[in-house]
This record gives sequence, C-alpha cells and structure tokens, in this order.
Amino acid sequence: MNTMDRLPQIEKLETGIAGFDLIARGGLPKGRTTLISGTAGSAKTVIACQFLAEGIEKAGDSGVFITFEEPPDDIRQNMVGLGWDIQRWEAEGQWAFVDASPQPGAEAVVTGSYDLGALLARIEYAVRKVGATRVSMDSLGAIFTQFADSATVRSELFRIASALKAMGVTAVMTAERAQEYGDIARYGVEEFVADNVIILRNVLEQEKRRRTVEILKFRGTSHQKGEFPFTIMPGQGVIVIPLSAIELKQKSSNVRLSSGNEELDRMCGGGFFRDSIILVSGATGNGKTLMVTEFIAGGAANGERCLLFAFEESREQLFRNAEGWGIDFEQMEEEGRLKVVCEYPEVMGLEDHLIDMKTVIDEFKPNRMAVDSLSALERVSNIKGFREFVIGLTSFIKHEEIVGLFTATTPTLMGGTSVTEAHISTITDSIILLRYVEMYGEMRRGLTVLKMRGSMHDKDIREFTIDGQGMHIGKPFRNVTGILTGQPVHRAPAEIERIGELFQE
Amino acid sequence: MDKVLLKLYVTGQTPKTERAIANLRRICKEDLGGQYEMAVIDVLERPQLAEDERILATPTLIKTLPLPLRRVIGDLSDTEKVLLGLDVQPVRKGEEE
Repeated sequence: MNTMDRLPQIEKLETGIAGFDLIARGGLPKGRTTLISGTAGSAKTVIACQFLAEGIEKAGDSGVFITFEEPPDDIRQNMVGLGWDIQRWEAEGQWAFVDASPQPGAEAVVTGSYDLGALLARIEYAVRKVGATRVSMDSLGAIFTQFADSATVRSELFRIASALKAMGVTAVMTAERAQEYGDIARYGVEEFVADNVIILRNVLEQEKRRRTVEILKFRGTSHQKGEFPFTIMPGQGVIVIPLSAIELKQKSSNVRLSSGNEELDRMCGGGFFRDSIILVSGATGNGKTLMVTEFIAGGAANGERCLLFAFEESREQLFRNAEGWGIDFEQMEEEGRLKVVCEYPEVMGLEDHLIDMKTVIDEFKPNRMAVDSLSALERVSNIKGFREFVIGLTSFIKHEEIVGLFTATTPTLMGGTSVTEAHISTITDSIILLRYVEMYGEMRRGLTVLKMRGSMHDKDIREFTIDGQGMHIGKPFRNVTGILTGQPVHRAPAEIERIGELFQE
Repeated sequence: MDKVLLKLYVTGQTPKTERAIANLRRICKEDLGGQYEMAVIDVLERPQLAEDERILATPTLIKTLPLPLRRVIGDLSDTEKVLLGLDVQPVRKGEEE
C-alpha cells in the first residue's frame, strides 16, 4: 500500500458564495485557514461576512466572526443591505462575534511581556458556544496597530491559527495590502497563515473600477488560476463570475428556429440553430434593429417566449419602430410572449449588467433573446471586461438552450469591422453583415451571411430594402466587388462574362 | 484615600501569570498601602468575563475604581509604569503611620 492510498485527499468546504466554489474547484480547503488579502475597499469584510452568512443559510453551519477593525454594531448594520440579518442569527445562536475592535479612549499602558491568550480563550469559547464550523477574522492588520510589539502579535496570530486548525474549523483571515500588484499583505502575515492565499483586487482601469478575485495558492489541492471578475449585488453579496472556468460542454442542437425573415432563413440553410449565437454587424441605420424586431416577431409568431435587451433605444421608440414595420410589440407583451428590458449601459458596470441579465433570463425563461446593441455596452468597460462579459453571457444562454441575436455597430458607414466584432467574432456561431453599398450616387443596402457554424449557407451578398412590411431580401449584387471592404467597384457585365469565360474549359 | 479596585485577567497557571500576580501583590502592598481590593480572573475558566470586558491580551490589569477606568497590559514588571498607567498616587512609606 502506498501513501497515496493511506492519506485522504484534502476535503473542500463549499462556501456558498456564488461562482466562487467553481473557481475554487469545490470550495475552501476544509479545516484550514485561508488568507484573503486585498487593498482598502476590495470587499474583504463583505467576503468574510458572506462566508459565515452562506454557511448559516445554505449549510446550517454556525460561525464566529472576530473583528479587529469595525465594531460589531457597524457590521450588523452594514450587512443588512446585503440581506444578512446578523442580529437574528446571533439571537438564534448561529453567529457569535468576538469583538476585538479598538476601544476609543482606552489606551492601555504596556509593561513587560504579554500574549493574546485572552483573545484565543474568547475565540475558543465562542466557537464552543455556537458550535461553529466556520470562523472569520477581519482584519489582521488592525491588530498590529493595537499592539506595538509586532513580533509578539505575529507569534500569537500563529498560535491562534494553529489553535483554529486544532479545533477543526475552516477559517478565513483578511489582511490589507498596500498595492494591487505587490506584496501579498502588510506585516508579512502570509508567512504564518500561508497554506491558502486569495487576493481581492479593485483596480481602476480607464476610469472604470474592476473587481477581481484570484486564488493565489491552495496548498495540496487544486483551483482555477488567474483573476476572475466579481461584483457585489444588494441582497446577495459577492457574486464571482467564473468566466474562463466555464466548460465548453454545451449541448449542440440541430433544431432550427426561424429568423423571422423567410429569405434570411433560406440563406442560413433553414434558420438559426436553437442554441446558437448570431452576431449582426452593421453601420448605424442599416437595419440592425429591424432584424432584431423581426427576429422577436418570428419567435412570438411561433409561440416562443422572446426577450429583448435594448441599450440604445427607449421602450417607446422600440415599440413605435416595430409598429412602423407592422409588428405589435404591445400585444405580444400582453400575451406574455415578449419581455423588453431597456436600460442605459452607463447605469452600472458590465459585471452588474451580466448578473442582472442572467436574473431576468432565469425568471422569464425565454426561447430566444436579442441584445441591441453590444457596442453600446462596450462603452462602459475595457476590452478585457467586455470580452469576459460576452463569454459569460453567451455561455450562459447556450447552456439554457436559448438562441441569441446580438447586434454590433460598425464605426464607418461603408465597411470595416467594429471593435465589438474583433473581440467576439470567434465566440459567435453565425455572423451576418449588413452594409451600405454606394451605387451610382445612391446608398443601397447589402446583406451577407459571413459565417454559419455547422451549416451550409448562401455566400452571396444580397441587396435588401426596408419598407412598411419590414425587410425584403432581393437579388445578389452581381456586378459589384469590394462591398465588404467599403470600396465597391462596379464592373460592367461584359467584363464579368469575360472573366467567367476564362475559367471555362 | 479611596479604595482601589483592581481586576487582573490571566490565562492559566503560567510563569507569566505568576510573575504578574507577584508583581501586583508587591505594588499593592508597597505603593497602595493596603487600600485596595484585588481579583484575579483566569480567562480560561471565565471566558465570558473576558468577552464582557473585551480583553485581548493577558495579563491585563483593569482599575475599575476610582474612575477613570484604566488598563495596564503585561507582567507588571515596571512599577513606575504600572502606577502611571493606573493613574494612582503611590502611598509613600512613612505616610502610612
């Protein structure tokens, strides 16, 4: 028998913090202490509280909160907004505070050697009292400011960490760090509680705050690597968005759904796949919103539930536009087949948008959804954040087997690609390009299906027109080249025939 | 002179505990002229008392009367500092009689 068989694997304790257990591959190492380090305002206290709160709510685990910084009253009050009734839990014997916050006006004189034996005794007492299996300490730096002798504090904290281990509780300790990218923590605390280290960041990048969590190490057990964005939602607390941790295991479906336009269905080889993501790219006023409207109408006509997220136009505008094309959104909504969510992109960060959208999707359970437009959302984030958002959203809706139509606005009228496309084109299953084509002093509209994963599709660039009945896809542009690059060149039919003949046998 | 009420919080029977108790007895006898009441509390036996007083370090000496409340942390090896920390005037030898 070798050691592998004899030594049990390190067990994980599910924290219950949304998304976190996924990146931690099951949770925090059970019976051990994890250091959570972060700068000021990086949500250390929230996580420390949530670790206990989720334990009480989801697993029935009692917890002890040792506070070195904020008085318990402040914490009780601050956490109400996140939906945690600490006072009730205290009354029910599920939560106990050990108040080690500094007392105003009680500066103690120090003479001779001392230890933190009383603190340890209080912790042990509190753990026994509520039968705690989870312990949070927030935050270690504050105790160094209460006691001048940092060597003593250090060795005492080490003793407390060992005692926690002996008690068999799973603990988190928070610590401050001076910089987002630098030493792990102040006072070198990672040296004695270093089994597991998690880093929280709150980076200011291009005038936008971006919160991330990174598991730096879990000694003896595995975890996802790198930074993962997270957000704090009222009533829910921290939600980690485990983007790159999402596994590519969505089912693939051969069921086709109508795009809402017969001719477009034909071009796509029979319609969109049920769990595919379609990107519609085009310049402003080129018919993207019309395509979205027809997509929605097509779904509703088929008895599906449709969801529309609009980030550019108001409800009134959208409904009026649809009416102009002979589509009655209002009636669809009354019948419960449509839900329209209009929001300014600027009202919140992308992470929050993502969480909100997921919540709406979960509640409404649509068969198809559209986002008009993704480019508007791009404004409120940086490139990395935007890409993560798109991955997060697409993988989620694919998992739910929802067909998604996203629009992207190109910066130039005639051709070229948008930044949006450049970053998400590989994530989408199909790309439809809408382009203006200048022909003899007239702006005409062209459409092509550039990519259609898993299906044959029409390779032509087709002309389309818009009228009171919506979009009409017509003939291909046969005597024009260079439409997609934005420099259409007209060729006389004679020349085309001549070139055609060259390749005949 | 008002009677001084003192509480000494300790953890278990350690050399540090014994040192602190011995130092306190000496200070009380020599500098407070017997005008004191002293209680030793072992936080291992009475953790709730430590919780109520929010004691972190041991040994901790608390003077509850006369006000104001004062705290001294450590094994009380420096008498001058202890008296300063407790904010009490030492009784000079000879004044007693």
